[in-house]
Amino acid sequence: MGWFDKLTRPRREAPSDLWKKCPACNETLLIKDLAKNLYLCSKCDNHLRMPLWDRIALLTDDNSFVEINQDMRSIDPLNFVDSKPYPERLVEAIKKTDVNEAVATGRASLNGRKIFLGVMNFEFMGGSMGSVVGEKLTELIEAGAREKVPVLVVSASGGARMQEGIFSLMQMAKTSAAVKRLNEAAVPFISVMTDPTTGGVSASFASLGDVNIAEPGALVGFAGPRVIEQTIRQKLPEGFQRSKFLLEHGMLDCVVHRRVLKNTVARILRLLVA
Amino acid sequence: MPKDFEFEKSIIELEDRIRELQAISESGKVDLSREIKAISEKVDALKNEVYGNLEPWQITQVARHINRPSTLDLVKCLCGEEFVELHGDRLFGDDPAIVSGIGRIGDHRVMIIGHQKGHDTEENIYRNFGMPHPEGYRKALRMMKTAERFGLPIVTFIDTPGAFPGIGAEERGQSDAIARNLAEMSGIRVPILCFVTGEGGSGGALAIGVGDRVFMFEFSVYSVISAEGCAAILWNDPAKTKEAATALRLRATNLLDAGIIDDILPEPIGGAHRNHQMAADEIKKQIDKHLPTLIALKADKLLDERYKKFRGMGKFTREEELEHAQEQA
Repeated sequence: MGWFDKLTRPRREAPSDLWKKCPACNETLLIKDLAKNLYLCSKCDNHLRMPLWDRIALLTDDNSFVEINQDMRSIDPLNFVDSKPYPERLVEAIKKTDVNEAVATGRASLNGRKIFLGVMNFEFMGGSMGSVVGEKLTELIEAGAREKVPVLVVSASGGARMQEGIFSLMQMAKTSAAVKRLNEAAVPFISVMTDPTTGGVSASFASLGDVNIAEPGALVGFAGPRVIEQTIRQKLPEGFQRSKFLLEHGMLDCVVHRRVLKNTVARILRLLVA
Repeated sequence: MPKDFEFEKSIIELEDRIRELQAISESGKVDLSREIKAISEKVDALKNEVYGNLEPWQITQVARHINRPSTLDLVKCLCGEEFVELHGDRLFGDDPAIVSGIGRIGDHRVMIIGHQKGHDTEENIYRNFGMPHPEGYRKALRMMKTAERFGLPIVTFIDTPGAFPGIGAEERGQSDAIARNLAEMSGIRVPILCFVTGEGGSGGALAIGVGDRVFMFEFSVYSVISAEGCAAILWNDPAKTKEAATALRLRATNLLDAGIIDDILPEPIGGAHRNHQMAADEIKKQIDKHLPTLIALKADKLLDERYKKFRGMGKFTREEELEHAQEQA
């Protein structure tokens, strides 16, 4: 899509563009206020899902993020059609999000320290991992190992992208193997899990951080709560699979508030490596 | 015979007829060998025809057949008495949905790890229908480390609907257990051969599936999600399971074409559930064919090749190429 299309695309004026309800306390929040407040609910401090570029701005020094592989695009290896052909879904997602895929990767600095950053975008087909997401993250992690630069990945994903079938599944093995090599190179891998991080993403690189961090209240787990409820036919307890639950069960190093996330990552990095 | 498939009905009727005739024949009153032979030929022809034309959803059903050879069935055929099952993850418990142990297959001492389903309801409940908890994957990893220490090649048998989605599984870190195996398997310094024998259900299958060679049986399936799950999520309609099975391209031939697996193991006529020993023989053939080559490799080279194998999986393009392709079209 050229710059001209971007300029002339009609701006949506639907009310949902102006305000949002806090999923936790039901408070009505103005989007412009939310953006100023790091997408934290002004009433209950709930961490709402943060848009991609706000997240990148949150974690990087001003204008330091240089995206790589932004031209990488998914293809349709299975000719997959459910209620809609996969290529149509991709086009819609690109239109909706103005990015090419469900992860943005690049170089950046964080409090002056060079990092390689990957941020998943839940708005793009539920942050699902297909070949492009797997490839971008693998390249990022490999670059980290090669150049001895710490890797920070912020996850937000429902899991593997079904429309790419077995290729999506194999991204789990590919990214995890890359993390293993990063470990061997003794380069830090910091995984930040945000709401939600489940399925094939949670069951691969996202769980493999030297330090695993989650945001308060984030849903993190292997199976989605609905699948579990259907399988075991019972209601799940309050707080199940939320970050506090994961911390209590030993799956996380810490739960970190969004306001201090950047400084916490910086502190972890300077304490882990000189 | 427990649950029969609609497409197998006429085969099973003829097989029952043969059994009846054999019983009469054996009682010594009349010689029916000619009739039996004629029907047998008919059955074989029918099996070939039916099994040569199965739809993806039917193949999924065959892959899940209750008499499908399980890991322990295959171990019996491959190792006989020369096998010791080893239990437990040393952290929490012993998961009956994954079995493991040391055994001898032909000339090779190996570590065998596989999902374990049951052949009846009671056994299936005990085995949790082959759906492991985290302790199953951690047991598998412990066995791989043992194998690495003693230089034993690893053989895995994949046959699971998926990792179990439950409260305990989440509490004990199902994601961590799977992710850890994926990472660690990429660095285990002995050859790993993986066989999808029945159902290759998503991450729960892959968690013992990162190998130097990956094989699938002719009527096994391997997929990112079950056909039922896919139908429920993408079509929002469980009745679309057949369509989902086709769309997912989960057959062995699809995965071979996609470059994900190395070879397809033929099944006995009418499916592996009809003859476990023949299925095991096919496994042994592949082990004898590939293991010497892999054993001869230096460990670093072995790991490099394993890394490259999975590193290369995935299909994508670049914007420029896409525009170029569109211009051409």
